[in-house]
Amino acid sequence: MRDERPSLLAERWNRGDHALRESITGEPRGALCAMGSCFECRVTLDGLAHVRACMVDGSPPLHAEVPARCEVAVVGGGPAGIAAATVAAEHGATTLLLDESARPGGQIWRHRGEAPKDARSWLDRLARSGAKVASGATVFDATTDGERALFVDLGGRTVKVAFEQLILATGARERFLPFPGWTLPNVVGVGGAQALVKAGADFTGRRVVLGGTGPLLLAVAALLTRAGAEVLCVLEQAPASRLAQFGWQLARSPRRLLDAMRYRLALSSTPYLTGGYVVRAEGDGRVEEVILRARGGDTRLRCDVLAVGFGLVPNLELPRHLGCTVSEGFVTVDQRQETSRASVFCAGETIAIGGAPAALIQGEIAARAATGAEIPRALLTARDRERRFADRLKRAFDLRPELRALATPDTIICRCEDVRARAIDPAWSARQAKLYTRVGMGPCQGRVCGPALEFLHGWSADSVRPPLKPVTTHALEVEA
Amino acid sequence: MKPDAIVVGAGIVGAACADSLARRGLRVLVLERGIPSGGTTGAGMGHVVVMENPEVEFQITSYSLRLWRELAAELPPDCEDDGCGTLWLAEDDEEWQHARMQADAFHARGLEAELLSPRALADFEPALRAGLAGGLYLPADRVVYPPAVTRFLLDRVIARGGELRLGAEVREAGGREVLGAFGRLEAGVVINAAGAWAPEITKGLPIEPRKGHLVITDRYPGLLRHQLVELGYLKSAHGNAAASVAMNVQPRRTGQILIGSSREFVGWNAQIDRGVRARMIQRAVSFVPALSGLNVLRSWVGFRPATPDKLPLLGFWEDGLAIDAGHEGLGITLAPASGEIVADLVTGARPAIDSSPFDARRSLVHA
Repeated sequence: MRDERPSLLAERWNRGDHALRESITGEPRGALCAMGSCFECRVTLDGLAHVRACMVDGSPPLHAEVPARCEVAVVGGGPAGIAAATVAAEHGATTLLLDESARPGGQIWRHRGEAPKDARSWLDRLARSGAKVASGATVFDATTDGERALFVDLGGRTVKVAFEQLILATGARERFLPFPGWTLPNVVGVGGAQALVKAGADFTGRRVVLGGTGPLLLAVAALLTRAGAEVLCVLEQAPASRLAQFGWQLARSPRRLLDAMRYRLALSSTPYLTGGYVVRAEGDGRVEEVILRARGGDTRLRCDVLAVGFGLVPNLELPRHLGCTVSEGFVTVDQRQETSRASVFCAGETIAIGGAPAALIQGEIAARAATGAEIPRALLTARDRERRFADRLKRAFDLRPELRALATPDTIICRCEDVRARAIDPAWSARQAKLYTRVGMGPCQGRVCGPALEFLHGWSADSVRPPLKPVTTHALEVEA
Repeated sequence: MKPDAIVVGAGIVGAACADSLARRGLRVLVLERGIPSGGTTGAGMGHVVVMENPEVEFQITSYSLRLWRELAAELPPDCEDDGCGTLWLAEDDEEWQHARMQADAFHARGLEAELLSPRALADFEPALRAGLAGGLYLPADRVVYPPAVTRFLLDRVIARGGELRLGAEVREAGGREVLGAFGRLEAGVVINAAGAWAPEITKGLPIEPRKGHLVITDRYPGLLRHQLVELGYLKSAHGNAAASVAMNVQPRRTGQILIGSSREFVGWNAQIDRGVRARMIQRAVSFVPALSGLNVLRSWVGFRPATPDKLPLLGFWEDGLAIDAGHEGLGITLAPASGEIVADLVTGARPAIDSSPFDARRSLVHA
């Protein structure tokens, strides 16, 4: 069924309502991530407070029928989860795919109406596979005492799902770094801008500056250009030398090189500045002007939208909660994609940031491992090749140290609790900062400020406390 | 140079004790193995409450409340001191009669207490469900944010020449000395303020961890106006039942609602018990139905340091070693008074109230 209605966030965007709420110290705020992580777009809807406008899809509410048990449970409906659920079901396992969004696709294959070309064959295959797909389903807790069960919130109804094998495909979200003015409405993520477009936000004629790092910059710049935006420039913080090296290495991945060239062609008239970054956003109630720093000089540029994001960070809440070993910020898995916890597998961006091709392969391997099916050598080889690409990606787009010095004492670090840089003592531990300032204690549960603080002060995430995503008290009233 | 006093534990109790000692001119060294407020202080509710009975609890809680009132004037904004009072709720006639007796008792002591009929209750706290038997409002009670208060008190200790050492794990606290990975440190007197962990460093202290769950919601300013506690809470706190829950709901200055409470003796099992948490929430929702639809941001577990008679251990355990621990659910409330009492005892002064019921060496047996 095709649904062309925009999300509530996109509707508000199209009406020119860029400030959706006031922060706790009275700042106007609009969407940032546009994909359900940051909670900046929260509004009161039908008397219910703190509803994320980006997650209010135009389609009618789903009342998924979720079984109480399955053989293989898959969490996350992006490419990794889609592949995992499809292959598991094809191998005869009763399979359940649990996804928070209105329909499968995750971030990279997000769509309303017609699915992206790459996604179509997989989505068709998923539909035919016999896997049960539960959309609008948020996994907010899981048993950790030997019992194998997940707790799922279906928009107010809680279901406990028992599984035998679990495949985690929870994907990644954007890394945001604080700088003066980053909380102004119309400062959104790069993935955020992409999510907005895909959710139906109109960018026609909007002057957009893109900044940050990673291949996503080019992909989104091209998407915005196709959507009618005026992309003024793209600022990549990585230096030209590193990018050139990466570009040369791209030649070894022909398809990816083709992608890159296509993007460059789409943006042929757009300045693409390397070694550059935004130092400041200014405006009255929304961003109106940005100051860019590149090649030693600062430039002012008037714009309507600033899309800025510094790469992707994996969503590790569920793996951590389950006790899976995490190393250097990613889940550790063996050759079969199995984590340190028996019968818990992991695939996709939570293993390494590598995009859809890697996610699909890993999802398939995990499903085969979980169902005891044979894993063809060619699949493993392909996975390893993709892993090498992911490693090159990481090195090429490593963050430069100057980005640590952008925030001034007044800059907001924790957007949920309006904690400014001057309130945080770098000499503290992460836990002290939380106790003293409540940084990370708001509705985003540290999803935005956590990666920023890790980059700024080296503080890594500590223990995860349920619920893994905010759910109503009612959801917890149900006895386990 | 040898400090006059070593305080082990930088929770609110240790911090208040160090502050009391420093104000008496002693040079204090506070040793904390983790971070300040990292134990029970960081996990609790921040309720400053007067308990009318037993008499000894009334004496010490009202003494402490007076100290809190004085302290309130100096606390910085991040301590979120709020004089919102406590509204005790009577579910049935038996509890209502109890509330009436309590009101009389408070009045007899010259303290403010307001009885609220069901009608008055509805005006006073609109979010409460209909059908309650009534309420008892005690306006002198407060709510604070304990980690910020702890920090404030420790800063005061340092300003008076004291020292705070983090990451300093004491393995043994004895008379006038402590042992740890750092070696041996001596002082004029040692105070064990390590809360639920106090028995680990001083053998034989009759303190057991009493596990509690808490849940905090997103911000819903204006939903609740007062700290709400059911009168049945007293049975829960003073009993020793397997896993008891009692409604204790606190609106924070931020507008977030802190929902408690549960009590159980399961050793140091820090895992969230979904069944207990669910019962706790059900109990709270049964008083405030609107709680059901609020977003929960976090739930966690804490350990109250419980003694067999539910009263803290204050004073000398042996020569050169005093205890300031075992406050069960009244750690925040009693921190200032405990600090003063222990500081008086170790400096040979007479405490402001009779401290013999809290004697650390009193005969106690765990049920």
